[in-house]
Amino acid sequence: MIDTPGKTYRQAARDALGFPALMLLASMTGFGSLARESGLTLGMALSTTAGIWGLPGQVALAEMHAAGVSALFVILAVSLANARFFPMAVSFIPLMRGGVRRYGWMFALVQLLSINSWAAGIRRFPEIAVQMRPRYYVAFAGICMLSGLVGTAIGFYGVGAMSRPAALGLIFLNPLFFAVLLAGTRAGPAITALLVGIPLGPIFHWLSPEWGLLATGLIGGSLAFWIHRLRGPCHE
Amino acid sequence: MSEHTLLWLVVLGSIGATYAWRMLGAMLSRDVNPESAFFQWITCVSYAMLAGLIARMVLIPVGPLTEVPLWIRLTGMVVGLGVFFLLGRRVLAGVSAGLLVFIALVAYG
Repeated sequence: MIDTPGKTYRQAARDALGFPALMLLASMTGFGSLARESGLTLGMALSTTAGIWGLPGQVALAEMHAAGVSALFVILAVSLANARFFPMAVSFIPLMRGGVRRYGWMFALVQLLSINSWAAGIRRFPEIAVQMRPRYYVAFAGICMLSGLVGTAIGFYGVGAMSRPAALGLIFLNPLFFAVLLAGTRAGPAITALLVGIPLGPIFHWLSPEWGLLATGLIGGSLAFWIHRLRGPCHE
Repeated sequence: MSEHTLLWLVVLGSIGATYAWRMLGAMLSRDVNPESAFFQWITCVSYAMLAGLIARMVLIPVGPLTEVPLWIRLTGMVVGLGVFFLLGRRVLAGVSAGLLVFIALVAYG
């Protein structure tokens, strides 16, 4: 059991430095170059990375702005692309809220949540004492955020220096990395939810680009939950 | 309003509209029991949403990936996941293989 601050921070650094940090550096480099091509300033690109902190929504912002979509619709589309943060927060915060004295901290900590920190926390928390979990999360997610900001700046200034296939590869890195990360899931209901979500995502997106993702989560997740209702939890 | 100011408003508005979901999640989380059926259900919802999002990003991309043919996107993904499982769930090997195949196919395919 990991139960001292020192051990917790070392574990978080070991888990974050290396692959997750590298992935964020690379994929946010892709976003940085896209942001510049789309007419954003460096300040806007960095604010977008730190403030939205979810690549699909960030890409939607840059793309739609470049396509001349009006402000309100850009904001609405970005918001809907990020609706996943709601169920992600609800399925994550209860695992670590016992580690803070004042619950209000969660309103700040939730800003750091991303697929990386969510998956890392769900995987590692069982070995970490409840009191130490917020430290693990802040250290892990903080390293990720820092790498993402550095990557954004590199991409912003490095655009053009990169060959087109490499630049496209950096953007492809996101769905690829997320897919491999989630493919490592071992809990039965979670696997069912993933398998149901794969076909539903594109189908519902085709039916309604705005609400497709929400519908995928609600219908696919409920289906997986229902299938496993009597067989075990949707959590590792 | 200048173009520059308007764009900042879009950026800040998007940040606020994204944080709204996180804040709602934090508000609801206060009283959710991790052992409850509701918690298990919303975890399933998260997984389904993430899987749907990834599938959508590959099959119906927005942005620069639209210029890459579908078969190259699918091949990169299949190679990545295939190597990941064949080598005993090694994330680095899977992602590297998928990425290299993708870049090679975009360059020479």
